[in-house]
Amino acid sequence: MLAYIVKRLLQAIFILWAVATIAFLLTFLSGDPAELMIGDNWTAEQITAFRDYMGFDRPLLVQYAEFLGRLAQGDFGVSIRQQVPVSRLIAERFPATLELTLAALLIIIVVAIPVGVLSAVRRNSPADRLAMGGALLAQSIPTFWLGIMLILLFGITLRWLPISGRGSPAHLILPAITLATFSTARVARLVRSSMLDVLGNDYIRTARAKGLSDHRVHYVHALRNALIPVITLLGIEVGALLGGALITETVFAYPGIGRLTIQAIHARDLPLVQGVITFGAMIFVAVNLLVDLSYSVLDPRIRHDGGADA
Amino acid sequence: MTAVPMPKASSITWARVMLRELRRNRLASVGLVVLLALGVMALLAPVLSPYDPELVNIRSRLTPPAWMKGGSSTHLLGTDSVGRDILSRIVFGARISMFVAVCTVVIGGSVGSLLGVVAGYVRGKTETIIMRLVDIQLAFPSILLAVALMAILGPSVRNVILVLSLSTWSSFCRVARGQTLSVCQQDFVSAARVLGASRLRIIFRHVLPNIVSPIIVVASFALATSIINEASLSFLGVGVPPSTPTWGGMLGEGRDHLRLAWWVSTLPGIALMLAVYSVNVLGDWLRDYLDPRLTN
Repeated sequence: MLAYIVKRLLQAIFILWAVATIAFLLTFLSGDPAELMIGDNWTAEQITAFRDYMGFDRPLLVQYAEFLGRLAQGDFGVSIRQQVPVSRLIAERFPATLELTLAALLIIIVVAIPVGVLSAVRRNSPADRLAMGGALLAQSIPTFWLGIMLILLFGITLRWLPISGRGSPAHLILPAITLATFSTARVARLVRSSMLDVLGNDYIRTARAKGLSDHRVHYVHALRNALIPVITLLGIEVGALLGGALITETVFAYPGIGRLTIQAIHARDLPLVQGVITFGAMIFVAVNLLVDLSYSVLDPRIRHDGGADA
Repeated sequence: MTAVPMPKASSITWARVMLRELRRNRLASVGLVVLLALGVMALLAPVLSPYDPELVNIRSRLTPPAWMKGGSSTHLLGTDSVGRDILSRIVFGARISMFVAVCTVVIGGSVGSLLGVVAGYVRGKTETIIMRLVDIQLAFPSILLAVALMAILGPSVRNVILVLSLSTWSSFCRVARGQTLSVCQQDFVSAARVLGASRLRIIFRHVLPNIVSPIIVVASFALATSIINEASLSFLGVGVPPSTPTWGGMLGEGRDHLRLAWWVSTLPGIALMLAVYSVNVLGDWLRDYLDPRLTN
């Protein structure tokens, strides 16, 4: 087990290094980062001065080493538009995104698991068809359009809910639904198929033969086993939610990391873009590491003895 | 009943069997018809659209659709904030949407599948390197990387295709590798190897034809994702140049006039959803048809 944890940790560090490297290289992809960042209205002298100030004229390797060195100390650089450390901007905005993501995750779990289980238990019933048809439809609605339609219906026509900003729990409702819809559909479909797989197993027949109630068989024996692939998917969904936050936060003018990223991109604030990308990958890698490690708790059959692959 | 073995006779019978099966699934048939209609719309856009999609007419700005009060039959689906005809823009928007999505799947799909087959066949260091690349790709929310790259490369159709292909290849690669690993366990591959077939011959003649089905299934879902991603990039203002009519771009522009003119954002969204839903329905059917074992 310990060997497995060490191996997974090393893998995670490798991926973070690679992501940071890509984030670093992004800056130089355009050729001249100084020109990219400040645009056309500056004179040649001003651009040169800016290039000196940012240190872009030094050898690439030196800049790269410095970038990694700073990153290792948790220093993401300074935003060139706002002249504030990137880490402070992220720290300011992250709670809002965390709140939104957790609300969305809550919706996913509360809706997708019961819907998926019921669909599997009542396979091919009208309820199952309706749920799975609805899931496919939900997977086809573009996030930003769903957001706009919710704003139109509940914000502008009915005037039930606020349509932008952050503050009260009511502000969270529409963005969280918007962000959660796609993933809810995907998770519900997986819960259903995973449940169906498990329900076909011998130990389920044994449980039934022992005279256990359907309820107990479904929710105690089957669900626990059916949830293992679902938890993997939930880990991956965190990535999808972080990506979805870009769009959802933009639609609802919600002051989180996603909106910060889009603003940084439009303002060509490259240090901020680099910082946010690296930070997003950090969260994603950490969540998936936790998910992998939680397997052995959920399923004692997965033990990783002798460093065997999972 | 649905498990029809694939006949090897000729491609015509093959297609006929497939169509007959498709007709039994009403939803998937409708999906196919909608997609074909969108395809025709995209191809014939200059003939079908009543106006030049970029024709600005300030006097008739924000005209409602024909069936609403204040609407007129000159603009069936109304106009946007600078008086451009929405129907014409939706028709032309299908072009970009379909073109970008198909190109993305073809490029991302070929590169990803090929890398996957190589990883699964060659094994060793090559496999490790390729699969690490997949891991790295998966550590980025794909839309984040796409947005950042677009901001740096600048808006153009070519760049959108390039950037979206980059976020598509990894899913093909994983599936192709997995399938290759299992195909290579089978006797006919060992037989070919013993007979002295070259690596390339084995990959192209024996491995690839046997992993096509799952790759087609991945492709159908990648198509749906690419349509949404292209629209997302245009919506965020980093996709194709803003003057080109795209569904995502129209949605983004309409957002500012939501109170006055709901139709500007709503109608292109319906086109977008219809396209994605059709692809998804068809993809679901394809998966069941090509691999009955996966059907629940």
